[in-house]
Amino acid sequence: MIPAQFDLKRASSAAEAISLIGEYGDEAKLLAGGHSLIPLMKLRLAQPSMLIDIGRITDLSYIKDAGNHISIGALTRHMDVEKSDIVKQHVPLLAHAASHVGDAQVRHRGTIGGSLAHADSASDLPATTLALGATYVVQGPNGQREIAAKDFYKGFLESALAPDEMLVEIRVPKTLGGWSFQKFNRRAQDWAIVGVAAWRNGKDSGVALVNMGSTPILATSVSAALASGASIAEAAELAAAEAEPQSDLNASSEYRTHLAKVLVRRALEESTK
Amino acid sequence: MKVSITVNGKATEHDVEPRTLLVHYIRETLQLTGTNVGCDTSSCGACTVHLNGEAVKSCTMLAAQADGCAVTTIEGMSKDGVMHPMQQAFMENHGLQCGFCTPGMVMAAVSLLNENTNPTEDEIRIGLEGNLCRCTGYHNIVQSVLAAAKK
Repeated sequence: MIPAQFDLKRASSAAEAISLIGEYGDEAKLLAGGHSLIPLMKLRLAQPSMLIDIGRITDLSYIKDAGNHISIGALTRHMDVEKSDIVKQHVPLLAHAASHVGDAQVRHRGTIGGSLAHADSASDLPATTLALGATYVVQGPNGQREIAAKDFYKGFLESALAPDEMLVEIRVPKTLGGWSFQKFNRRAQDWAIVGVAAWRNGKDSGVALVNMGSTPILATSVSAALASGASIAEAAELAAAEAEPQSDLNASSEYRTHLAKVLVRRALEESTK
Repeated sequence: MKVSITVNGKATEHDVEPRTLLVHYIRETLQLTGTNVGCDTSSCGACTVHLNGEAVKSCTMLAAQADGCAVTTIEGMSKDGVMHPMQQAFMENHGLQCGFCTPGMVMAAVSLLNENTNPTEDEIRIGLEGNLCRCTGYHNIVQSVLAAAKK
Protein backbone atom coordinates (compact mmCIF):
# COMPACT_ATOMS: atom_id res chain seq x y z
CA MET A 1 0.00 0.00 0.00
CA ILE A 2 1.27 3.40 -0.98
CA PRO A 3 -0.12 6.66 0.43
CA ALA A 4 -1.92 9.12 -1.83
CA GLN A 5 0.30 11.82 -3.32
CA PHE A 6 1.50 14.64 -1.11
CA ASP A 7 4.25 17.22 -0.92
CA LEU A 8 6.75 17.21 1.91
CA LYS A 9 8.55 20.08 3.60
CA ARG A 10 11.13 19.78 6.34
CA ALA A 11 11.01 22.07 9.35
CA SER A 12 14.24 22.73 11.20
CA SER A 13 12.59 24.33 14.24
CA ALA A 14 9.24 24.36 16.05
CA ALA A 15 8.73 27.97 14.91
CA GLU A 16 9.26 26.99 11.27
CA ALA A 17 6.87 24.04 11.59
CA ILE A 18 4.18 26.28 13.13
CA SER A 19 4.60 28.84 10.38
CA LEU A 20 4.25 26.07 7.76
CA ILE A 21 1.07 24.62 9.32
CA GLY A 22 -0.30 28.17 9.46
CA GLU A 23 0.45 28.51 5.76
CA TYR A 24 -1.06 25.19 4.64
CA GLY A 25 -3.87 24.91 7.20
CA ASP A 26 -6.10 21.83 7.14
CA GLU A 27 -4.27 20.29 4.17
CA ALA A 28 -1.12 19.79 6.23
CA LYS A 29 -0.16 17.22 8.87
CA LEU A 30 2.93 17.16 11.05
CA LEU A 31 5.11 14.07 10.56
CA ALA A 32 7.23 13.04 13.57
CA GLY A 33 8.13 9.32 13.76
CA GLY A 34 5.20 8.59 11.48
CA HIS A 35 4.11 5.41 13.23
CA SER A 36 0.52 6.58 13.69
CA LEU A 37 0.22 8.82 10.62
CA ILE A 38 1.87 6.71 7.89
CA PRO A 39 -0.33 3.63 8.56
CA LEU A 40 -3.42 5.87 8.35
CA MET A 41 -2.15 7.37 5.09
CA LYS A 42 -1.42 3.93 3.63
CA LEU A 43 -5.01 2.92 4.36
CA ARG A 44 -6.17 6.28 2.89
CA LEU A 45 -7.89 7.07 6.18
CA ALA A 46 -5.84 10.26 6.12
CA GLN A 47 -4.92 12.06 2.90
CA PRO A 48 -3.05 15.25 3.75
CA SER A 49 -1.69 16.99 0.66
CA MET A 50 1.25 18.40 2.64
CA LEU A 51 3.43 16.70 5.23
CA ILE A 52 5.62 18.86 7.43
CA ASP A 53 8.48 16.67 8.59
CA ILE A 54 9.41 17.67 12.14
CA GLY A 55 11.44 14.50 12.75
CA ARG A 56 14.75 16.30 12.41
CA ILE A 57 14.13 18.96 15.06
CA THR A 58 16.70 17.43 17.40
CA ASP A 59 16.34 20.10 20.09
CA LEU A 60 12.86 18.73 20.87
CA SER A 61 14.32 15.36 21.86
CA TYR A 62 15.37 15.49 25.53
CA ILE A 63 14.57 14.27 29.03
CA LYS A 64 15.33 16.66 31.91
CA ASP A 65 14.95 16.52 35.67
CA ALA A 66 13.10 19.77 36.44
CA GLY A 67 12.76 19.54 40.22
CA ASN A 68 9.25 18.33 41.09
CA HIS A 69 8.59 17.10 37.57
CA ILE A 70 10.47 15.77 34.57
CA SER A 71 10.31 17.47 31.18
CA ILE A 72 10.30 15.40 28.01
CA GLY A 73 10.70 16.92 24.55
CA ALA A 74 7.81 15.99 22.25
CA LEU A 75 10.13 14.34 19.72
CA THR A 76 11.70 11.97 22.26
CA ARG A 77 11.33 8.40 21.00
CA HIS A 78 9.56 5.73 23.03
CA MET A 79 12.82 3.74 23.24
CA ASP A 80 14.58 6.73 24.81
CA VAL A 81 11.78 7.23 27.36
CA GLU A 82 11.83 3.51 28.20
CA LYS A 83 15.60 3.45 28.76
CA SER A 84 16.04 6.84 30.45
CA ASP A 85 17.51 6.65 33.95
CA ILE A 86 15.69 9.88 34.87
CA VAL A 87 12.31 8.47 33.81
CA LYS A 88 12.99 5.07 35.40
CA GLN A 89 13.94 6.71 38.68
CA HIS A 90 11.25 9.40 38.97
CA VAL A 91 8.31 8.20 36.85
CA PRO A 92 8.80 4.43 36.57
CA LEU A 93 5.20 3.94 35.42
CA LEU A 94 5.91 6.03 32.31
CA ALA A 95 9.16 4.17 31.48
CA HIS A 96 7.31 0.87 31.87
CA ALA A 97 4.33 1.96 29.76
CA ALA A 98 6.67 3.26 27.04
CA SER A 99 8.25 -0.21 26.88
CA HIS A 100 4.80 -1.63 26.03
CA VAL A 101 4.17 0.59 23.00
CA GLY A 102 4.13 -1.50 19.82
CA ASP A 103 7.41 -3.38 19.43
CA ALA A 104 11.12 -2.50 19.40
CA GLN A 105 11.06 -1.36 15.77
CA VAL A 106 8.08 0.91 16.44
CA ARG A 107 9.72 2.29 19.60
CA HIS A 108 12.87 3.16 17.63
CA ARG A 109 10.81 5.56 15.50
CA GLY A 110 7.63 6.56 17.34
CA THR A 111 7.72 9.64 19.58
CA ILE A 112 5.90 10.47 22.81
CA GLY A 113 4.58 13.74 21.37
CA GLY A 114 3.33 12.02 18.24
CA SER A 115 1.48 9.42 20.27
CA LEU A 116 -0.16 12.01 22.54
CA ALA A 117 -1.08 14.42 19.73
CA HIS A 118 -2.60 11.53 17.76
CA ALA A 119 -4.95 11.19 20.79
CA ASP A 120 -5.88 7.56 20.27
CA SER A 121 -7.72 6.22 23.34
CA ALA A 122 -6.35 2.74 22.54
CA SER A 123 -2.72 3.93 22.87
CA ASP A 124 -0.84 3.42 26.12
CA LEU A 125 0.75 6.82 26.68
CA PRO A 126 -2.30 9.13 26.56
CA ALA A 127 -3.89 7.23 29.48
CA THR A 128 -0.55 6.86 31.30
CA THR A 129 0.23 10.59 31.23
CA LEU A 130 -3.41 11.29 32.18
CA ALA A 131 -3.11 9.06 35.27
CA LEU A 132 0.16 10.78 36.16
CA GLY A 133 -1.39 14.27 36.01
CA ALA A 134 0.93 15.44 33.21
CA THR A 135 0.84 18.86 31.60
CA TYR A 136 1.41 19.29 27.87
CA VAL A 137 3.17 22.39 26.56
CA VAL A 138 1.95 23.43 23.11
CA GLN A 139 3.37 26.13 20.88
CA GLY A 140 1.47 28.27 18.38
CA PRO A 141 2.10 31.45 16.42
CA ASN A 142 1.59 33.53 19.59
CA GLY A 143 3.88 31.52 21.85
CA GLN A 144 3.39 28.65 24.27
CA ARG A 145 0.52 27.58 26.52
CA GLU A 146 0.04 24.68 28.92
CA ILE A 147 -2.82 22.20 28.71
CA ALA A 148 -3.47 19.70 31.51
CA ALA A 149 -3.71 16.13 30.21
CA LYS A 150 -7.24 15.92 31.66
CA ASP A 151 -8.31 18.83 29.42
CA PHE A 152 -6.48 17.67 26.29
CA TYR A 153 -8.56 14.75 24.97
CA LYS A 154 -11.78 15.92 23.32
CA GLY A 155 -13.03 12.98 21.28
CA PHE A 156 -11.93 10.12 19.04
CA LEU A 157 -8.50 11.24 17.67
CA GLU A 158 -9.43 14.80 18.69
CA SER A 159 -7.41 16.98 21.03
CA ALA A 160 -7.39 20.53 22.34
CA LEU A 161 -4.54 21.40 19.96
CA ALA A 162 -5.48 24.27 17.65
CA PRO A 163 -4.81 23.63 13.93
CA ASP A 164 -1.74 25.89 14.03
CA GLU A 165 -0.27 24.53 17.28
CA MET A 166 2.17 21.74 17.95
CA LEU A 167 2.97 19.81 21.11
CA VAL A 168 6.53 20.63 22.20
CA GLU A 169 6.99 19.32 25.76
CA ILE A 170 5.42 16.94 28.25
CA ARG A 171 5.81 17.68 31.97
CA VAL A 172 5.21 14.74 34.27
CA PRO A 173 5.12 15.11 38.09
CA LYS A 174 7.52 12.81 39.91
CA THR A 175 5.62 9.83 41.28
CA LEU A 176 5.64 8.95 44.94
CA GLY A 177 4.43 5.57 46.15
CA GLY A 178 3.50 2.49 44.15
CA TRP A 179 2.39 2.12 40.55
CA SER A 180 1.11 -0.45 38.09
CA PHE A 181 0.47 -0.84 34.38
CA GLN A 182 -1.97 -3.52 33.23
CA LYS A 183 -2.39 -4.26 29.54
CA PHE A 184 -4.82 -6.95 28.41
CA ASN A 185 -4.42 -8.10 24.83
CA ARG A 186 -4.39 -11.30 22.83
CA ARG A 187 -1.15 -10.82 20.87
CA ALA A 188 2.10 -9.40 22.17
CA GLN A 189 2.37 -6.24 20.08
CA ASP A 190 -1.35 -5.37 19.87
CA TRP A 191 -3.15 -2.39 21.29
CA ALA A 192 -4.73 -3.07 24.66
CA ILE A 193 -8.28 -4.45 24.60
CA VAL A 194 -8.36 -2.67 27.98
CA GLY A 195 -5.40 -1.15 29.80
CA VAL A 196 -4.95 0.52 33.19
CA ALA A 197 -2.25 2.93 34.35
CA ALA A 198 -2.28 3.62 38.09
CA TRP A 199 -0.25 5.02 40.97
CA ARG A 200 -1.07 5.28 44.65
CA ASN A 201 0.50 7.12 47.57
CA GLY A 202 -1.59 6.86 50.74
CA LYS A 203 -4.93 8.57 50.09
CA ASP A 204 -3.73 10.05 46.80
CA SER A 205 -4.00 8.10 43.57
CA GLY A 206 -4.34 8.41 39.81
CA VAL A 207 -6.04 5.78 37.66
CA ALA A 208 -6.63 6.01 33.90
CA LEU A 209 -8.08 3.56 31.41
CA VAL A 210 -6.91 2.62 27.90
CA ASN A 211 -9.51 1.82 25.22
CA MET A 212 -12.58 2.33 27.42
CA GLY A 213 -14.18 5.09 25.32
CA SER A 214 -13.45 7.59 22.58
CA THR A 215 -10.82 9.28 24.80
CA PRO A 216 -8.49 7.97 27.50
CA ILE A 217 -10.56 7.92 30.71
CA LEU A 218 -9.54 9.27 34.11
CA ALA A 219 -11.24 7.01 36.66
CA THR A 220 -11.97 9.78 39.17
CA SER A 221 -14.58 7.74 41.07
CA VAL A 222 -11.94 5.13 41.90
CA SER A 223 -9.56 7.75 43.30
CA ALA A 224 -12.38 9.48 45.23
CA ALA A 225 -13.43 6.17 46.79
CA LEU A 226 -9.85 5.37 47.84
CA ALA A 227 -9.45 8.85 49.31
CA SER A 228 -12.56 8.35 51.45
CA GLY A 229 -11.29 5.05 52.79
CA ALA A 230 -12.92 2.48 50.48
CA SER A 231 -11.21 -0.88 50.07
CA ILE A 232 -9.46 -1.77 46.81
CA ALA A 233 -12.28 -4.17 45.93
CA GLU A 234 -14.91 -1.49 46.57
CA ALA A 235 -13.00 1.14 44.57
CA ALA A 236 -12.37 -1.23 41.65
CA GLU A 237 -16.12 -1.79 41.26
CA LEU A 238 -16.30 1.88 40.19
CA ALA A 239 -13.64 1.40 37.47
CA ALA A 240 -15.97 2.04 34.55
CA ALA A 241 -18.06 4.80 36.15
CA GLU A 242 -16.63 7.47 33.81
CA ALA A 243 -16.15 5.16 30.81
CA GLU A 244 -18.28 4.60 27.74
CA PRO A 245 -16.68 1.45 26.36
CA GLN A 246 -17.32 0.56 22.74
CA SER A 247 -18.07 -2.88 21.34
CA ASP A 248 -15.83 -4.06 18.52
CA LEU A 249 -14.29 -7.21 17.03
CA ASN A 250 -12.14 -7.75 20.13
CA ALA A 251 -14.64 -7.27 22.92
CA SER A 252 -18.18 -6.24 23.77
CA SER A 253 -18.85 -3.19 25.88
CA GLU A 254 -19.93 -5.44 28.79
CA TYR A 255 -16.73 -7.49 28.59
CA ARG A 256 -14.61 -4.33 28.54
CA THR A 257 -16.42 -3.10 31.67
CA HIS A 258 -15.69 -6.41 33.38
CA LEU A 259 -12.04 -6.27 32.32
CA ALA A 260 -11.69 -2.70 33.60
CA LYS A 261 -12.89 -3.71 37.07
CA VAL A 262 -10.55 -6.71 37.22
CA LEU A 263 -7.54 -4.79 35.88
CA VAL A 264 -8.12 -1.79 38.15
CA ARG A 265 -8.27 -4.12 41.15
CA ARG A 266 -5.00 -5.78 40.09
CA ALA A 267 -3.41 -2.39 39.42
CA LEU A 268 -4.41 -1.06 42.84
CA GLU A 269 -3.19 -4.21 44.59
CA GLU A 270 0.15 -3.90 42.83
CA SER A 271 0.34 -0.14 43.55
CA THR A 272 -0.36 -0.69 47.24
CA LYS A 273 2.48 -3.16 47.88
CA MET B 1 12.52 14.99 -4.39
CA LYS B 2 16.14 13.92 -4.18
CA VAL B 3 17.21 11.56 -1.37
CA SER B 4 20.73 10.42 -0.48
CA ILE B 5 20.88 7.26 1.59
CA THR B 6 23.93 5.16 2.37
CA VAL B 7 22.78 1.56 1.90
CA ASN B 8 25.07 -1.27 2.99
CA GLY B 9 27.98 1.15 3.00
CA LYS B 10 27.38 2.46 -0.51
CA ALA B 11 26.14 5.99 -1.22
CA THR B 12 22.88 6.02 -3.20
CA GLU B 13 21.05 9.04 -4.55
CA HIS B 14 17.74 9.04 -6.44
CA ASP B 15 14.82 11.25 -7.29
CA VAL B 16 11.74 9.78 -5.62
CA GLU B 17 8.15 10.81 -4.96
CA PRO B 18 7.69 12.04 -1.37
CA ARG B 19 5.27 9.13 -0.80
CA THR B 20 7.90 6.50 -1.65
CA LEU B 21 8.22 4.09 1.25
CA LEU B 22 11.72 3.12 2.34
CA VAL B 23 10.99 -0.54 1.58
CA HIS B 24 10.10 0.32 -2.02
CA TYR B 25 13.25 2.44 -2.36
CA ILE B 26 15.23 -0.61 -1.21
CA ARG B 27 13.39 -3.26 -3.23
CA GLU B 28 12.45 -1.40 -6.41
CA THR B 29 14.79 1.53 -6.83
CA LEU B 30 17.90 -0.30 -5.57
CA GLN B 31 16.73 -3.82 -6.55
CA LEU B 32 17.74 -5.23 -3.15
CA THR B 33 14.97 -7.79 -2.76
CA GLY B 34 16.17 -9.56 0.39
CA THR B 35 13.97 -7.23 2.44
CA ASN B 36 10.41 -8.53 2.20
CA VAL B 37 7.01 -6.88 2.39
CA GLY B 38 4.72 -9.05 4.50
CA CYS B 39 1.71 -7.47 6.17
CA ASP B 40 2.42 -3.93 4.96
CA THR B 41 0.83 -2.64 8.20
CA SER B 42 3.88 -2.56 10.55
CA SER B 43 2.82 -5.75 12.32
CA CYS B 44 4.90 -8.59 10.87
CA GLY B 45 8.46 -7.23 10.75
CA ALA B 46 9.40 -8.92 7.44
CA CYS B 47 10.54 -5.49 6.18
CA THR B 48 12.89 -4.84 9.14
CA VAL B 49 16.15 -3.07 8.24
CA HIS B 50 18.62 -1.07 10.30
CA LEU B 51 18.45 2.71 10.23
CA ASN B 52 21.64 4.12 11.74
CA GLY B 53 22.16 0.73 13.40
CA GLU B 54 18.67 0.28 14.88
CA ALA B 55 15.88 -2.03 13.67
CA VAL B 56 12.98 -0.21 11.99
CA LYS B 57 10.07 -1.32 9.83
CA SER B 58 10.81 -0.02 6.35
CA CYS B 59 7.16 -0.32 5.25
CA THR B 60 6.23 2.38 7.77
CA MET B 61 8.88 4.92 6.86
CA LEU B 62 9.22 7.25 3.94
CA ALA B 63 12.45 7.13 1.97
CA ALA B 64 12.50 10.90 2.64
CA GLN B 65 12.76 10.20 6.39
CA ALA B 66 15.91 8.16 5.76
CA ASP B 67 17.54 10.91 3.69
CA GLY B 68 21.09 11.39 4.95
CA CYS B 69 20.96 8.20 7.06
CA ALA B 70 22.74 4.85 6.88
CA VAL B 71 20.56 1.84 6.11
CA THR B 72 21.65 -1.78 6.39
CA THR B 73 19.65 -4.57 4.75
CA ILE B 74 20.09 -8.34 4.95
CA GLU B 75 22.37 -8.10 1.88
CA GLY B 76 24.76 -6.00 3.97
CA MET B 77 25.17 -8.54 6.76
CA SER B 78 27.68 -10.96 5.23
CA LYS B 79 31.27 -9.81 4.81
CA ASP B 80 33.49 -11.15 1.99
CA GLY B 81 31.15 -14.08 1.44
CA VAL B 82 31.12 -15.06 5.12
CA MET B 83 27.74 -14.98 6.81
CA HIS B 84 27.10 -12.77 9.82
CA PRO B 85 27.21 -14.80 13.09
CA MET B 86 23.43 -14.35 13.40
CA GLN B 87 22.83 -15.78 9.93
CA GLN B 88 25.20 -18.64 10.76
CA ALA B 89 23.30 -19.30 14.01
CA PHE B 90 19.95 -19.39 12.17
CA MET B 91 21.40 -21.95 9.75
CA GLU B 92 22.92 -24.15 12.46
CA ASN B 93 19.83 -24.09 14.68
CA HIS B 94 17.20 -24.55 11.98
CA GLY B 95 15.91 -21.04 12.69
CA LEU B 96 14.01 -20.90 9.43
CA GLN B 97 11.38 -22.93 7.66
CA CYS B 98 9.87 -21.16 4.62
CA GLY B 99 12.37 -18.32 5.10
CA PHE B 100 10.06 -15.39 4.36
CA CYS B 101 10.34 -13.83 7.82
CA THR B 102 14.05 -14.64 8.13
CA PRO B 103 15.64 -11.43 6.79
CA GLY B 104 13.50 -9.38 9.17
CA MET B 105 14.10 -11.80 12.04
CA VAL B 106 17.87 -11.61 11.54
CA MET B 107 17.87 -7.81 11.37
CA ALA B 108 15.65 -7.50 14.46
CA ALA B 109 17.75 -10.05 16.35
CA VAL B 110 21.04 -8.27 15.58
CA SER B 111 19.53 -4.98 16.75
CA LEU B 112 18.30 -6.72 19.91
CA LEU B 113 21.80 -8.04 20.70
CA ASN B 114 23.27 -4.59 20.07
CA GLU B 115 21.02 -3.29 22.87
CA ASN B 116 21.26 -6.34 25.15
CA THR B 117 24.35 -8.47 24.58
CA ASN B 118 23.28 -11.32 26.85
CA PRO B 119 19.49 -11.66 26.71
CA THR B 120 17.47 -14.37 28.46
CA GLU B 121 15.08 -16.51 26.45
CA ASP B 122 12.18 -14.37 27.71
CA GLU B 123 13.97 -11.16 26.71
CA ILE B 124 14.49 -12.58 23.21
CA ARG B 125 10.81 -13.51 22.89
CA ILE B 126 9.76 -10.03 24.03
CA GLY B 127 12.48 -8.37 21.93
CA LEU B 128 11.23 -10.11 18.79
CA GLU B 129 7.54 -9.41 19.43
CA GLY B 130 7.46 -7.24 16.32
CA ASN B 131 8.37 -10.12 14.01
CA LEU B 132 5.88 -12.81 13.04
CA CYS B 133 6.71 -16.26 11.64
CA ARG B 134 3.74 -17.82 9.88
CA CYS B 135 5.44 -21.23 10.04
CA THR B 136 5.39 -20.65 13.83
CA GLY B 137 9.05 -21.64 14.01
CA TYR B 138 9.62 -19.47 17.05
CA HIS B 139 11.30 -22.09 19.21
CA ASN B 140 14.28 -22.52 16.89
CA ILE B 141 14.40 -18.79 16.11
CA VAL B 142 14.84 -18.10 19.83
CA GLN B 143 17.44 -20.90 20.06
CA SER B 144 19.28 -19.31 17.14
CA VAL B 145 19.43 -15.92 18.83
CA LEU B 146 20.60 -17.52 22.09
CA ALA B 147 23.34 -19.31 20.14
CA ALA B 148 24.37 -16.11 18.35
CA ALA B 149 24.57 -14.26 21.68
CA LYS B 150 27.12 -16.83 22.88
CA LYS B 151 29.33 -16.35 19.80
